[in-house]
Amino acid sequence: MTAVLELDSVGHTYRGSAAPVVEDVSLKVDAGHSLALVGESGAGKTTLLRLLLGLAGPGTGTVRFDGDPLRLGDREQMRRFRSAVQCVFQDPYASLDPRQRVSRIVAEPLRSLGVATGAAAHAKVAEALEQVGLPADAASRYPHEFSGGQRQRIAIARATVCDPRVLLADEPVSALDVTTRVKVVDLLGELKRERGLTIVMVSHDLSVVAALCERTAVLERGRVVEQGETRDVLGSPEHPYTRRLLDSVPRLPV
Amino acid sequence: MSLLDVRDLTIRTGDGRDLVSGLSFSVGRGERLGLIGESGSGKSLTTLAVLGLLPDGMTATGSVELDGTQIVGASEKRLVDVRGRAAAIVFQEPLTALDPLMRVGRQLAEPLRRRRGLKGDALRKAVAEALEQVRLPEPGRIARAFPHEISGGQRQRVALAMALACDPGLLIADEPTTALDVTVQSEMLVLLDTLVGERGMAVLFVSHDLAVVSRVTDRVLVMKDGRAVEDGTVRDLVRAPRQAYTKALVDSARKLESALDLGEPR
Repeated sequence: MTAVLELDSVGHTYRGSAAPVVEDVSLKVDAGHSLALVGESGAGKTTLLRLLLGLAGPGTGTVRFDGDPLRLGDREQMRRFRSAVQCVFQDPYASLDPRQRVSRIVAEPLRSLGVATGAAAHAKVAEALEQVGLPADAASRYPHEFSGGQRQRIAIARATVCDPRVLLADEPVSALDVTTRVKVVDLLGELKRERGLTIVMVSHDLSVVAALCERTAVLERGRVVEQGETRDVLGSPEHPYTRRLLDSVPRLPV
Repeated sequence: MSLLDVRDLTIRTGDGRDLVSGLSFSVGRGERLGLIGESGSGKSLTTLAVLGLLPDGMTATGSVELDGTQIVGASEKRLVDVRGRAAAIVFQEPLTALDPLMRVGRQLAEPLRRRRGLKGDALRKAVAEALEQVRLPEPGRIARAFPHEISGGQRQRVALAMALACDPGLLIADEPTTALDVTVQSEMLVLLDTLVGERGMAVLFVSHDLAVVSRVTDRVLVMKDGRAVEDGTVRDLVRAPRQAYTKALVDSARKLESALDLGEPR
């Protein structure tokens, strides 16, 4: 089976910086096997996500989409890529244009990818909003009228409206309260089951990772120190850094 | 008499909305209390009211007695005298708590100079000691650095050193580890617990995370929409929450945590 997304010995160094932020990273995203990139600040999570999103090209190595190297200048391939891979960001307050109504925000991928317009677009937006559990009248309102958790639902509706295969999510629930966090995690799990969505998630929150992703890659200072099935990596970690991460998670008293 | 005694505290906005209503609690010398709640519960505003730091346009009514001083309605001059000495605060985001244009050593020197009247070599020595206390490596280098030149965890240690500089009776910590990585958070919680324990300091620890709070304090007060929901020990609240809201909080935390209990691996 060809991986939907693949990083092959990828390395990246930012201009003006001597040391690479990521070095020799190889990862595969197979359909139906959600992947978590776990690590702390400076581990290179966000850089990898930018590469997977096609927002930048790697310094060394190759990013592949459906088996072909991703060519950022190839408009036809990038169009296919964009309709297959969508994203959700951490901060639902910064990622939604405050001056646009929710209907317009959610319809954006449909417009830019030329998927649907007019009544067809309207129907798809309504369907996406319903799927994420927002009331139908949400479409005509503005982002500021919604709470953080609802905003993240709007962002998820925007990302899923064009029926992508992969959803890249950068710390999607970190900014949310714990009760809201559980609900958004449940929603993402539902999208996986019902729409066959594959999630690639960057997170430092191991419990969210364990709840949503079949596979986990642990990053430390730009390198993958351990990767595999989540139940193995987090259930019986082999690398000392993974163990340290797990031991640091604060737990409720029994 | 309690070190901090909050009675019937109400915090109102300019347009007449109550963000905190009729809140009462107290913290004795050397005692620790956790304030638990989600966004908008009023927990941070409560800590600001304790120090007389409410934003313009908000008014507090009721009584906040801190080390014998009535904070509600006190003059700025009075408040300046109380802050730092009776109570000091560590905020969530150390980058905004520190002056970006001032070297770390100079910022830390300020409270030491003002409260302990130190200067010259004695002041430099006190700054180095304060940085060592919070287990910062190379205190000389850190003292000469600007806040952006050190890591987030190091910045939060500097903020803690500043709060401890005047040896306050009460340390207020408002989500002090929320912006930190999980391993750094864990080290910071141990450090805070140790330093506060050594000094017999009282702590008011604010967080949305029950598990984090349980690392520092036993007794907690759950807040929702500006009101106290229930109080008790973390253990009791987690085992047998009396209120529906507390139960929802505990259930959510448990549910997330249970994902980590992975069965028979490998």
